[in-house]
Amino acid sequence: MTSPQAIPELDARRQTVADRLAACLPADALLVHPEELAPYECDGLSAYRRSPLLVALPGSADEVRSVLTICRDLQVPVVARGAGTGLSGGARPLAEGVLLNMSRMNRILEVDVDNRLARVQPGVRNLQVSEAVASQGLYYAPDPSSQIACSVGGNVAENAGGVHCLKYGLTVHNVAAVEIATIDGDLLTLGARGPDAPGYDLLALLHGSEGLLAVVTEVTVRLLPVPRFAQVAVAAFDAVDAAGDAVARIVASGILPAGLEMMDRGCIDAVNDFLDVSYPSCEALVLCELDGTEEEVQSQLERVGRLLEETGATSIRMSGSEEERLKLWSGRKAAFPAVGRISPDYYCMDGTIPRRHLARVLNEIRRLSDHYGLPVVNVFHAGDGNMHPLILYDANREGEMETAERLGGEILEACVAVGGTITGEHGVGIEKIDQMCVQFTSEELQQFHDIKRAFDPDGLLNPGKAVPTLARCAEFGAMHVHRGELPFPELERF
Amino acid sequence: MTGADHTPGGMGGDRTDALRGAVCQAAGVNEPLEIVGSGSKRFYGRTPAGTPLDVSGHRGVVSFEPSELVLTARAGTRLDEIESLLADQGQMLAFDPPRFGNGATLGGTVACNFSGPRRPFTGAVRDFVLGVRLINGKGEVVRFGGEVMKNVAGYDVSRLMAGAMGTLGLLLEISLKILPAPETEQTRRFELDQDAALETMCALARRPLPLSASAWLDGAMMIRLSGSETGVKAAADEIGGEPVSSTEAETFWRHLREHELEFFRSDQPLWRISVAPASCVLALPGQWLIDWGGAQRWLYTPMDSAKVRKTVAAAGGHAVVFRGGDRAGSIFHPLEGPMLRLHGRVKDAMDPHRIFNPGRMYESF
Repeated sequence: MTSPQAIPELDARRQTVADRLAACLPADALLVHPEELAPYECDGLSAYRRSPLLVALPGSADEVRSVLTICRDLQVPVVARGAGTGLSGGARPLAEGVLLNMSRMNRILEVDVDNRLARVQPGVRNLQVSEAVASQGLYYAPDPSSQIACSVGGNVAENAGGVHCLKYGLTVHNVAAVEIATIDGDLLTLGARGPDAPGYDLLALLHGSEGLLAVVTEVTVRLLPVPRFAQVAVAAFDAVDAAGDAVARIVASGILPAGLEMMDRGCIDAVNDFLDVSYPSCEALVLCELDGTEEEVQSQLERVGRLLEETGATSIRMSGSEEERLKLWSGRKAAFPAVGRISPDYYCMDGTIPRRHLARVLNEIRRLSDHYGLPVVNVFHAGDGNMHPLILYDANREGEMETAERLGGEILEACVAVGGTITGEHGVGIEKIDQMCVQFTSEELQQFHDIKRAFDPDGLLNPGKAVPTLARCAEFGAMHVHRGELPFPELERF
Repeated sequence: MTGADHTPGGMGGDRTDALRGAVCQAAGVNEPLEIVGSGSKRFYGRTPAGTPLDVSGHRGVVSFEPSELVLTARAGTRLDEIESLLADQGQMLAFDPPRFGNGATLGGTVACNFSGPRRPFTGAVRDFVLGVRLINGKGEVVRFGGEVMKNVAGYDVSRLMAGAMGTLGLLLEISLKILPAPETEQTRRFELDQDAALETMCALARRPLPLSASAWLDGAMMIRLSGSETGVKAAADEIGGEPVSSTEAETFWRHLREHELEFFRSDQPLWRISVAPASCVLALPGQWLIDWGGAQRWLYTPMDSAKVRKTVAAAGGHAVVFRGGDRAGSIFHPLEGPMLRLHGRVKDAMDPHRIFNPGRMYESF
């Protein structure tokens, strides 16, 4: 990686851009010195770092608009960044581009209790919304695991999920409207406070667009009444297939659990070592949470208990109290840090599959794990088919990170092969851009490029992310034949 | 997969090649096409233009996995066929689609983004679309999204198709998220004027109750609860009101959804008004019916279009001439400036020769 001060052309460029931006931003809203830029070198995909040309910290939609207009005039690329918790490198800066840090736009502008809406700036943290409306008996449903830190604007850009998606949906289902700044410098509102808006559903299109179409400057989220009652059942199984069967039976029985999670032995053991949750030692653990009115939950819990027994659960534990419910969840929620303790590094994958193929995909993961010689443990949003295989490796060992990436790439391809997708909720970013070539045809990728051009004709918003060029796919296809022995290993691969 | 006489795809056929041929030919000579399923929604939108292209033969359920809550069907598949297949498994299309005619197809329903009384509590068509296969304006068969609930690979082109009135592509296949049908339902009736009904519907929606519909008409507010026997009973005791028999309730909600209530028997233009649910009673004279807990309001009014649109826009909503009126004019709320330009560019990205349903949604595209 090159430090920013080492390239004279970049220095000159930085000066030009900074001079123009200084006219529309307060003095403390521009960062240009290498030591100020260092914290922005990466997002949650920390293996890849690069310093931006400079960082702009707009405090209002008007300032965002001014920055975009100037960048368009100067043809400088722009990467928007929320809290930087994304796991796919979507907010990784470009050396020749402005990093637009949205963290100063962090105010909750309005809570409309009657319409169950909250209007917030994009830098507001996900959990902050629920905290602000809790006293009204309301909450914001999407709960990505990073919800303490991640921003609502970033949630829109990634269409963030969480553990309650089966029942409550993704970000796209819980946002009524967004205000966006386009690269042309226009502010547009997509969606409405009511159920729909005139014209195309551009609100849906913007969700998960990873900052390639526009910059989100305001979000109106939908709020839900906090359920009165919730209970969790935890069941142990001596085979992954049986656990998968239990999940399928619960879903087919007409019950819609608020959360339906699964962990494999590797993960259960790591969690049990990490904290005092005393999950039974078994091949697969299923957590099934039910919420609603007390009567509703009690009647469903009985049925879930019977289904778990019928499918061969070796032990079943029901939360008897709110305290116990939180304790039973704490193990699942600590899965990533627990795995972080048993391995110097881990690489988290995010494929989603039709659940009926679970056993087949887990077997394939086991085979790949043996082949590449790296252990893999699995946590799984079983209700919606979203898998998070964690590949364990040590970045300090020569070549091991590259091996982990190759193994990860093959896991994603296995997900696509059974009709799934390479990313359920973490986004493509730079991380999975090559696997996009596996999931989509060149016509489909071209269609994405055409849509991008409709919003951003000069390709200035987060270029190089999310959608690969056709040339890149041709190259990837050629490389793929010789998997494991990439030509030109010294070249950057994304 | 199941259903006594059901075989996947057996009820219809895969006409992809023929449809693609027709689109390629039209694209080659810039000939506009009107995409026609059963024709049950031809009343909606601006006057159809272009050579009719019948897509109703492209039908059949391609796959249905009850344990995954996912169904994929060809766009010409009839809604009643899909719904009876789902009902056999105790499942449903949770957006509660109106048919507005016997042959209503899945493709037309998605293109119009039509949802029924359950919508505010479960979601609209667009919320349940997981993936589509379509023919774009270049005659290419392309697929977006898929058959899984979480999928953020590529832009969400599938949901963009919902409500696009067929102007962005010819839908071939649609994958939908399915939900379990409730074990039981109960409807309660309350004598209230419109003001009090709006207030009550919003107050109820703020509470964690198993609501599945709320509407107001002629001085009566109707509230439906759905869920388990014990849950619905407890909630019904809590909200009070006068019990409505299950037959009467079923008929009411179906007639509301299908516009078969007495209220809808009029030759005047029917306005659909979409607003935030707690918006107050709008100052427009005429006959009102409130659905979706206050968020969807139906109106027959002597006021002119400009006045209706202005009043609704001032309340932060938008108004559609749902039936009747001047179909050569503005049916949907007009788009302006950069928003209109962006729509034109999105249209061109999907349909560069502008052959699909031109002018059906807005005059300029």
